[in-house]
Amino acid sequence: MATSAPAVSAPSLHEKLLRIWETPHSLFGVLGTVDHKKIGKRYLVTAFVFLLLGGIEAALMRLQLAGPDRHVLSPEAYNQLFTMHGVTMIFLYASPILSGFSNYVWPLILGSRDMAFPRLNAFSYWMFLASGIFLYSSFLVGQSPDRGWFAYAPMTEGTYSPGLNMDFYALGLILLTISTTVGAINFITTVFRLRAPGMSINRLPIFVWGTLTTSFAILFALPSLTVACVMLYFDRRFGMHFFDASSGGHPLLWQHLFWIFGHPWVYVIVLPAMGIMSDLIPVFSRRPLVGYTYVALATVATGILGFGVWVHHMFATGIPALSTDFFSAASMVIAIPSAVAVFAWLATIWQGRPVMRTPFLFAAGFIVLFVMGGVSGVVTAAVPFDWQVTDTYFVVAHLHYVLVGINVFPVIAGFYFWLPKMTGRMLDERLGRWNFWTMFLGFNLGFFPMHIAGLLGMPRRVYTYPAGLGWDAVNLITTIGAYVFAVGVLLFLVNVFVSFRRGRVAGPNPWDAPTLEWAVSSPPPPYNFAVLPTVGSRHPLWEERLQEPGGRSRIDEGPALAEGRETLGVSPLDAQANEVITMPEDSLYPFFLAVSLLVTFYGLLTGAWALAIAGGVLDVALSIGWLWPSHRMVEAVS
Amino acid sequence: MTASAIPERLPVDAGGHGATGAWGMILVIVTEASLFAYLLFSYFYLGSMARGGWPPSGAPELRLALPNTFILLLSSVTMWWAEAGIRRGARGRLRVGMLATMALGIVFLAIQLVEYHGKQFTPRTDAYGSLFYTITGFHGAHVAVGLLMIAVVSVRAGLGHFTQRHHLAVTNVTWYWHFVDVVWLAVFTSLYLSPRFL
Repeated sequence: MATSAPAVSAPSLHEKLLRIWETPHSLFGVLGTVDHKKIGKRYLVTAFVFLLLGGIEAALMRLQLAGPDRHVLSPEAYNQLFTMHGVTMIFLYASPILSGFSNYVWPLILGSRDMAFPRLNAFSYWMFLASGIFLYSSFLVGQSPDRGWFAYAPMTEGTYSPGLNMDFYALGLILLTISTTVGAINFITTVFRLRAPGMSINRLPIFVWGTLTTSFAILFALPSLTVACVMLYFDRRFGMHFFDASSGGHPLLWQHLFWIFGHPWVYVIVLPAMGIMSDLIPVFSRRPLVGYTYVALATVATGILGFGVWVHHMFATGIPALSTDFFSAASMVIAIPSAVAVFAWLATIWQGRPVMRTPFLFAAGFIVLFVMGGVSGVVTAAVPFDWQVTDTYFVVAHLHYVLVGINVFPVIAGFYFWLPKMTGRMLDERLGRWNFWTMFLGFNLGFFPMHIAGLLGMPRRVYTYPAGLGWDAVNLITTIGAYVFAVGVLLFLVNVFVSFRRGRVAGPNPWDAPTLEWAVSSPPPPYNFAVLPTVGSRHPLWEERLQEPGGRSRIDEGPALAEGRETLGVSPLDAQANEVITMPEDSLYPFFLAVSLLVTFYGLLTGAWALAIAGGVLDVALSIGWLWPSHRMVEAVS
Repeated sequence: MTASAIPERLPVDAGGHGATGAWGMILVIVTEASLFAYLLFSYFYLGSMARGGWPPSGAPELRLALPNTFILLLSSVTMWWAEAGIRRGARGRLRVGMLATMALGIVFLAIQLVEYHGKQFTPRTDAYGSLFYTITGFHGAHVAVGLLMIAVVSVRAGLGHFTQRHHLAVTNVTWYWHFVDVVWLAVFTSLYLSPRFL
């Protein structure tokens, strides 16, 4: 395949590439598209809907807790709400929303035309949607999961939880692990194979480092959740005894398996978000990130150390002191790479000329919340303190500072930053400032008092509390703060919808940012790059002014690869072009396989074995059909 | 260093060990290996917590499992032989090798079913029973999936899809099969051998 510059003129090249890459405007196109930008947007919208659903669940709970002895919700309804709130936010919002950003941004920021496995990418989205539908369909039969998002045995065993509630939980999460696992495989392969030539591993944006680290963590950690959920399902459905102490099982086995997965998962839902911040703060500080190498290494180190701290969730279970000491030390050590990142961000702002636009406000708010959540985390790594606050609102406060501070704030910043790329229109700055301050003040008003409620001894997950315990005022303040925060989120939605209609036209690079996604039009064409770029530095679009030693990137000239659906493959570390890769066409197989798996899992849920087996046979048939090479591919090789 | 130049001519879908499809299979194996690691962790964890003897019914017999282990190892050899064949362009050797692998895999599963039939305990007897059947069952399911993959690749081989240069599907299936064998060695060592010397 010849890779020299195209002989055709630009408009006809555009027509030619459009014919090859554009998804048809038809039902087939809707269900069969493999365009990473469409899939990324679907991820973002779907995950945001789950954020709103989880928010409504929280709002109902705060209504109940606004004062003592309130009975808006029954205890059972309250149990289902706090469980689904946790499941929704942790599994259906926090990780998928970051997958959405990665899906949309990666091929653009890496200078490629799609992800490594476009069909797997579509499948990953459909499976995410399927697991969300599966978990939420539990509300239709009034049997939603109700034993908390970490679902400790033996409360979840059939003896103590006879309904379908926890079957929805176990099977719904297994469906989600399929989505997440194939997504991680896709991200890892993409970063190692589908970059712009010259984008060696030391030139990757930190956001890419974040999702890459996360993807490896998923491959090693997520099977632990799968195993735990399979065992839970087997115990409940087939009367096995994994967590049943009376027959040789052990409830703590669940806790080990869950947290071996669970703590790395915390980093799965914060590292890409921290990566977004590491790339965004330099743009608004008008200078490169200080300490790039240290921040990249800190990202990877956090991902690895995250595997050595799971027992700090279990300090109060009576495990041996030697074990708690080890995990306590490891949990304190993990603060070090986080601090490296914080100091790098502060130094970048300090050394730069900060521009106070809305994405920067959210980034600054993020740093404040990150430090607060980090401090309340590192003190609970000390075993005696942990014993004091275990299962109190102090822990609730800590985990919300971490998850809202290090996930939601960067996500909103990411929307303000990249939505103009996706829609071609800017969000409003004045509304953006209102949006930020409402969310920031509302959040702190709502969640800071939870620390105090916890220290006053209020246990988490109580559906109500009697008057006179000194908890009334802090709870009322928390409820008011939570609703102010909710108004802030609504302001964001208003801003998004207003921008669709009236937003200022963004142009290719409204922020004057340095990375490749800003080199193409907003929104980008279906094929991303008319000619595939070559990269000579970490900041391809800032080379003129930075005058760093090193090469120059070439954005406007390069191979067009317009003879078929093709992109460039590179060597894994130094990104030397070594292959032209033929990319798959749109396909309905991913959609139908997801539907068929959903049917299979409803069969497993209800014990309708005929349905489950028929679904399983269909799963196999569709997988074979998917993998069977097209006529085109067979001819290409023989 | 300047921006790296792109060679004037590049191979299309070069295949080989660096191909995207090979990355996909390697990463599947990584995550599947982790899955079995957690299953075996559960086995040893519950074993270490057991109040009575472990396993409760004594170490499982080797009478069927040991020969079965050799059968599965032999199937890895035949699969290796088949893949090495297509690397030299020998299509007939590929098909014969894969047929032999499938036959050995089916024998392995059949013997495992016979062994299940003779067991004095079920998955519902106690936690050990749950572990034994779940772990060996998960492995058996992986053998079955591997067999299905080899069957599909055999049909494709019959249709002449593979050449000396282009046979990534064969290589991927071969790696998966070797992986399933290695997992069995870990399962066999943990469930059958470790009770004899731990």
